[in-house]
Amino acid sequence: MSPALWSLIGLPLAAGTLLAPAGRRADRGAPPLATAVSALVLGLAVAAALRHPAVEAPLLEGLPLRLAVDGLSGVLVVTVAAVTLAVLLYSAARPGEEEARARFFGLMLLFEGSMLVTVTATTLPTLLMGWEVMGAASWALIGYRWREPERTAAAGTAFLTTRAADLGLYLAAGAALAAGPGPLALDGLARADEPWLSLVTAGVLVAALGKSAQLPFSFWLSRAMRGPSPVSALLHSAAMVVAGAYLLLRTGPLLDASGWGAEATAWAGAATALALGLVAVAQSDFKQLLAASTCAQIGFMVLAAGTGAATGGVLQLTAHAAAKSLLFLVAGAWLTAWGTQRLPALRGAARTDRVLGALCTVGALSLAGLPPLSLWAAKDVLLAGALEGSPWLYATGLAAAVLSAVYSVKILRFVWGRPEPRAGTAGRRIPGRAVIPLALLAAACVALTPMAFPPARDALTRYLGAEAQPVPHAWEFTLSGTLALLAAAAAWTRGDRPPPLPPRAERLARQWLGLEHAAHTLLVSPTLAAARAAAAFDDRVLDRAVNASARGAVGLARWTDRFIERAIDGAVEGVAATARRLGGQARRPQTGRLHQYLAQAVAAFSVIAAVLALVR
Amino acid sequence: MLTVLVFTPTAVALLLLALPPRTPVQALRAVWAATAAVELGLVVAVWAGYETGGGTQYEVRARWIPNAGVGYHIGVDGLSLPLLALTCVLFLACALHSLRENRRFREFAALFLFLQTTCLGLFVSLDLILFFVFFDLSIVAMYFVIAGWGHRDAKAAALKFFLYTFLGSLALLLGFIGLYLAAAPHTFDMVDLTRQNPLADRPAHAAPVLFAIVLGLAVKTPTVPFHTWLPPAHTEAPAAGSAILAGVLLKMGTYGFLRIAMPMLPDAWRRYALVLVVVGVLSVLHGALVALAQTDFKRMIAYTSVNHMGYILLGIGAAAQAAGTSAQARSLAITGSVTQMVSHGLITGALFLLAGALYERGRTYDMGAYGGVAATAPAFAILTGAAAFASLGLPGFSGFIAEFQIFTGALGPQPLATALSVLGILLTAGLFLRALRKILTGPPRPPNPSGAPRAFQDLRAHEYAGVAPLLVLAVILGIAPRFLLDVIEPASHAILEQLAR
Repeated sequence: MSPALWSLIGLPLAAGTLLAPAGRRADRGAPPLATAVSALVLGLAVAAALRHPAVEAPLLEGLPLRLAVDGLSGVLVVTVAAVTLAVLLYSAARPGEEEARARFFGLMLLFEGSMLVTVTATTLPTLLMGWEVMGAASWALIGYRWREPERTAAAGTAFLTTRAADLGLYLAAGAALAAGPGPLALDGLARADEPWLSLVTAGVLVAALGKSAQLPFSFWLSRAMRGPSPVSALLHSAAMVVAGAYLLLRTGPLLDASGWGAEATAWAGAATALALGLVAVAQSDFKQLLAASTCAQIGFMVLAAGTGAATGGVLQLTAHAAAKSLLFLVAGAWLTAWGTQRLPALRGAARTDRVLGALCTVGALSLAGLPPLSLWAAKDVLLAGALEGSPWLYATGLAAAVLSAVYSVKILRFVWGRPEPRAGTAGRRIPGRAVIPLALLAAACVALTPMAFPPARDALTRYLGAEAQPVPHAWEFTLSGTLALLAAAAAWTRGDRPPPLPPRAERLARQWLGLEHAAHTLLVSPTLAAARAAAAFDDRVLDRAVNASARGAVGLARWTDRFIERAIDGAVEGVAATARRLGGQARRPQTGRLHQYLAQAVAAFSVIAAVLALVR
Repeated sequence: MLTVLVFTPTAVALLLLALPPRTPVQALRAVWAATAAVELGLVVAVWAGYETGGGTQYEVRARWIPNAGVGYHIGVDGLSLPLLALTCVLFLACALHSLRENRRFREFAALFLFLQTTCLGLFVSLDLILFFVFFDLSIVAMYFVIAGWGHRDAKAAALKFFLYTFLGSLALLLGFIGLYLAAAPHTFDMVDLTRQNPLADRPAHAAPVLFAIVLGLAVKTPTVPFHTWLPPAHTEAPAAGSAILAGVLLKMGTYGFLRIAMPMLPDAWRRYALVLVVVGVLSVLHGALVALAQTDFKRMIAYTSVNHMGYILLGIGAAAQAAGTSAQARSLAITGSVTQMVSHGLITGALFLLAGALYERGRTYDMGAYGGVAATAPAFAILTGAAAFASLGLPGFSGFIAEFQIFTGALGPQPLATALSVLGILLTAGLFLRALRKILTGPPRPPNPSGAPRAFQDLRAHEYAGVAPLLVLAVILGIAPRFLLDVIEPASHAILEQLAR
């Protein structure tokens, strides 16, 4: 038993559940309360990462609720808790008196709690519980400004897309149980037999790709940009979207055991890194660019999971969390100040607010993979795994890394560009207090670099308990650093001319490869059509058949009334009429005249006598 | 104890009707609510005294019509106790929700109290004829609730409900008589019939008997294609009537499968289980798809009931297949099915009461007539949102506990059927999110029932008191379900043993 681990997940969940529906009265108290809770959670997370507690409680028959913190979970809980705290500190300092803050902070805590359940779960049912609640919390957060229909629609798209992928986890759980009884521990999934093993692998892989907005699910993240920027800074950089990559890192043995899972994972990640990198290059909206780059950067983590490069994947995960949260918060700050997130309209924003500009530069250069920032080194550590597996995979990864440099520099080129003369100036600046968490995130971008080199890297590998990791050669660091620098320089000199792509490809990339359109055409519209058809069938066939049989019964009754009844009644009446007629005829001899009776008697006796005589 | 639990409401109903006509309506309200609360207290006492895993308890056996093999035999086990508790909880919620009902309140309360007796009586019955009597009386009482207090087309809907389910009950009676005739000595006693397994080696006779029983129960449950009475009945019924109809009366069908069909006809059940699985999958998908096409909020919820009942059929059908599956999986499927009955009762009960609150304010169930309700009615919005997420099977609510068990247990024996059924939770997610979006969010649009738009008022205290406890219970079951599962699991094991004979 470890009360600390229970409070690690219980505290944010309970505080969030109380705060989220508390209403406008709680708006004043919510930010300090939520940041205090979140600070406490960070403390608990650090303690848990050091002490590796584990807890268990009975849940379903033979399927207990199990939570534990090991090396991988330890990194995740600290990352999630730290980014949550940074984002909540920023949100608390930011002006927003007119908004429903209790709801916002409550939902953020609820989200944090469910993410912590996800990364500490050691059995599939436990993981699924955190996993799905996280999706619901993200729905509520993306649709936070619910008066605007396009935001709630985006929330719906995000929830439904990720839930469609989540069905994979339901099936994986069933398949794992079919393969063998047990608590469905995540580290035991690899022991299943075929064909269940492949089903478990496929289920886990699909769910992870969905949650991490990898191909072909990436479009939901584009829609999710309708949510508030602090939400994106947590959910779409450090938490929800990395849950899929985390799950794949966690279930590495399963991917290996299946025979095809590891390679499929690696290529899914590589393909996303490359394709969504192109998408990011084509965007002209700050948040859309960041969203596409999130998909691409998580593609690297998925690639790492597929090649067994756990250390590299974890390094990429933490370094990306710091850089991307920072950039999303900067985008939010400029959105507040300038009322836009379109890059051309933000031209010169960094010159106006140099502190934010500098922070943005740190984040963007890290994202670009430029030395000496953390994402540069992390990428090489994880690509070392790809190089051992297949040179093609390595080349794809390297190409995607070059794209990171291109789109990151695109941001800088705009925000440091010469401002065009414009009417009006920047609106509200964010207060100085809100800059502190951004500075901390920027510091993390730099400070995480040494982790990618020995001896820190070896210590991390030991902490993660990972097998022997592929070791990157010095030339890989040099090659990737040089390529990133060259690409960055080329992108800077090219300026804001559109990327050198064929127009059709450029259009496709700008529209996120038309993925959402395809999902609508191939899945949503046919489902809605099927629904209408089913409803029509229900009303016109089934219900009508029931009504018709009822009417038939009434008709039968009428028919019976008209024909059978008449026939029977006619028969009865006929009998009666015959009887009456016979009676009438029988009455005729009874004339009351004595002589006629005598004559009748004589006649009758004569007949009887004749009969007797004949018979004898 | 059980006899008191069952017949107290009817006694109070008679008392209500006998009170002088001038009795103030407040007194009637107090009597109804107090009775419902006492009933809940009684059922809690029964639960407290119930020994987990101890088989049938609180048994009472008295002579009733001995010549015909009919007795007054009642008792509870892990299968019926959760449903008894659900019944009492829902009736209390409905009593609270209906505190402001002002149309013929005395008759309304009396009818509900009588209905409560029939529901409780059915779940404690251990005799087929007793079961049948309560089954039919519940139909009669519900007929009057719909016809007397429903909306515009209530008369026709009530008649359809009555005739359809009554016809189903006749099929059920035929099946019961078949069991009676097969037993030696002839009896209607459920415990004896289960022990005897009278049609074990006469498959040719078992099939028509099972068919008749399943048909009767399938109409009541309802499953596709016998569900068309449900949408009109729900759309026209008053809120409390809908909550009871969906929350308790539908469970009579699924409860009958577990109580009668599976243990008394195990052979035939195993042989024809695939049919039930297919019907279950069809109910899941058809129910969800048709619900997706609705624009009427209450009709949509009604169709999700068809969908949710389909999971139960999938679970109990899949559990019959012994090959290629573990005892744990089969037990999970059955426990999940029973949990689903309780969970659906709580969640759909809450949804129907909320639909009633919606209708009171806007005089229509058409979702297009509302918008941005969350602006003026945050409590309504929060409860509706919570109920919708509970109904779409979100973890943290009881629906997930139920459906996860069913899917996990059923996938081994029936992979294809389960894979198709899982799509149901995606469809329900889609339709509930769309409903929430239309009604609760967007620019506020005050309902306009009589040409004069008025702001959507938030829930009043009695409405809140009816709905909130149901959802709190759903959350408790979703997070800490052991207290319920500890009661159900031994009963699931018992059913599996009976099924394996």
